[in-house]
Amino acid sequence: MSAEASSPDVTVRSLSPRQLTWRRRRDSFGRTWVLFRSNGQAMAGLIILVLFGLIAIFSPLIVSDDAVDPSMASGPPNSPPIAGYPLGTDGFGRSVLALLIVGSRVSLVVGLTATIGAVVIGATVGLVSGYYGGTKIDRVLSTLTDWFLVIPWLVLAIVLAAILGATLLNVILVIAVTSWAMTARIVRAQTLSVRTLPYVERARALGASDASIITRHVLPNVFPVIFAQAVLTVAVAVLSETTLAILGLGDPTSISWGIIIEEAFNAGAMANGYWWWMIPPGLCIIAVTLAFTMCGYALEEIFNPRLRRKEIK
Amino acid sequence: MRLRYIARKCGWALLTLWFVLTANFFLFRIMPGDPIGLLARSTRLSPEALQQQIHLFGLDQPLPQQYVTYLRQTLSGNLGVSIISGTDVSEMLGARLWPTVLLVGLGTLIAAVIGVLAGIKGGWTRGSGFDRGSLYSSLLLYATPEGWLGMLLLIVFAGSLGWFPAGGYASNSGSGAASVGDVARHLFLPVLTLALGYVGSFVIVMRSSMIDVKEEEYISTARAKGLNDATIRRHHAVPNAFLPSFTLIVLSVGFILGGAIVVETVFSWPGLGLLTYQAIKDQDYPVLEAVFLISSGAVIAANLIADIAYGYLDPRVEEV
Repeated sequence: MSAEASSPDVTVRSLSPRQLTWRRRRDSFGRTWVLFRSNGQAMAGLIILVLFGLIAIFSPLIVSDDAVDPSMASGPPNSPPIAGYPLGTDGFGRSVLALLIVGSRVSLVVGLTATIGAVVIGATVGLVSGYYGGTKIDRVLSTLTDWFLVIPWLVLAIVLAAILGATLLNVILVIAVTSWAMTARIVRAQTLSVRTLPYVERARALGASDASIITRHVLPNVFPVIFAQAVLTVAVAVLSETTLAILGLGDPTSISWGIIIEEAFNAGAMANGYWWWMIPPGLCIIAVTLAFTMCGYALEEIFNPRLRRKEIK
Repeated sequence: MRLRYIARKCGWALLTLWFVLTANFFLFRIMPGDPIGLLARSTRLSPEALQQQIHLFGLDQPLPQQYVTYLRQTLSGNLGVSIISGTDVSEMLGARLWPTVLLVGLGTLIAAVIGVLAGIKGGWTRGSGFDRGSLYSSLLLYATPEGWLGMLLLIVFAGSLGWFPAGGYASNSGSGAASVGDVARHLFLPVLTLALGYVGSFVIVMRSSMIDVKEEEYISTARAKGLNDATIRRHHAVPNAFLPSFTLIVLSVGFILGGAIVVETVFSWPGLGLLTYQAIKDQDYPVLEAVFLISSGAVIAANLIADIAYGYLDPRVEEV
């Protein structure tokens, strides 16, 4: 975020500080968007995400609850694609396409909420730790971050999920708790350099409290980095949900893409050759993960100019 | 001072180990259903054996006392008994260790060799067809759920084509060359799955450090001296660019167990991962507890080795 105002002085003076701040934010958002738009992969990722997002939002209108209710299923069980069932059916005779559409909702909601949890924890730890860099608070928080980076996340997630029980909320919780550390480390590094900038010292000299400096002066500056990291974390969260589901630690009462794979696995999809049941949910996961990764990389490049020279093109 | 650096790293590893032990202790004591209740649920334990276990782990004592007993027992290698089978957990882990080391060791090795070579070539010729191809496939593999990839390979190569067995460690319990071939046939698909799952990160890390190194001044100097491209790459660029990949390789070895759980489950490979999966299904907490401990211990050890080796490979590390 640069400090220069792009408009003539006259207009700037007529604005209140709040309006000025928002104008500056809008301008920098506009600049980011221009850079983002020029990145082909990022735009492809965004289009995929919008598409899946729309499907997830409108899934109740596209597929009725009855269509995925095992007791109401009307199709022939374990059927390859036939008329009326373009992707075949599962063991109950439910349409795999209907399952995918319903599953998009749970998969995306789990991915996004777990990410919000992880980023809130990670950003808070990173901001506090970086702002008080070198003090005892920083040492404790940094050690905690390092521990969570070192502990094998999948094993910790398994232990937590096994202890807490397999509900959707617990799955979200487990993913959030095991994936915040990277964000914390990156935000801490960024905060360490931001807190020495003159405008932060000026705020301190004017008597601003630590809490207000962190939330009103450091956070807005670090926010782009947090946002890029969040987008990348969604990809990790979606993959984590899949892994937990395959291991039988997902919520069996809600349909997610991971749960569909697990059900196909338990039904012996490999030995029986039920490819139409097992392959599509995996392809959806790949598409969404890849899309979030592409967008995240692009944002990282835009916000961190040191990375920009590594662009693929 | 090299000794001080090593001592600091060892100290950190011990502190981390303590954190893991403590986390383990509390995690398994805040769970619904107390440990005594869980032990009592086990049908294979005789009442006397049950009492002995309770006493051994001090479960009838107050919490701080339990904590001390727990630390002492764990550090002396006593990990308790499985509440399902009643067998000693350390024995169970020992029996499952070799298949996992074989599977994940091979998978990591193959992924590292291919990934590093592809990363060197791609980073050196950035933007070339090879670079784009390897980078995009790496990203694609990174986005692919490992377990699902394994199932896909099973459907194609074990189901439709029938080239490989559908899972397990060996079909017949023979010995000699025939048995080695048998195990190798069972090993092929799970190793392929792991290698495909890991290779992407090696390509990306190696490529990125090659690109960094390529901009360095000593590379320009080497060029100015008139050295040919291959010599510069082999003798000037690769040795310096390899450090981050080296760390990644050592760390991946530490993550052996974590990586094995899903793949072993899909391929019914009888290692620690499959043991973990069964323990999840059976809610066999002592086994899960031990798995968490062992896998964290492996990562901590790998980290320590990477740190110390790094100190020798890159003298600048000590200054930081």
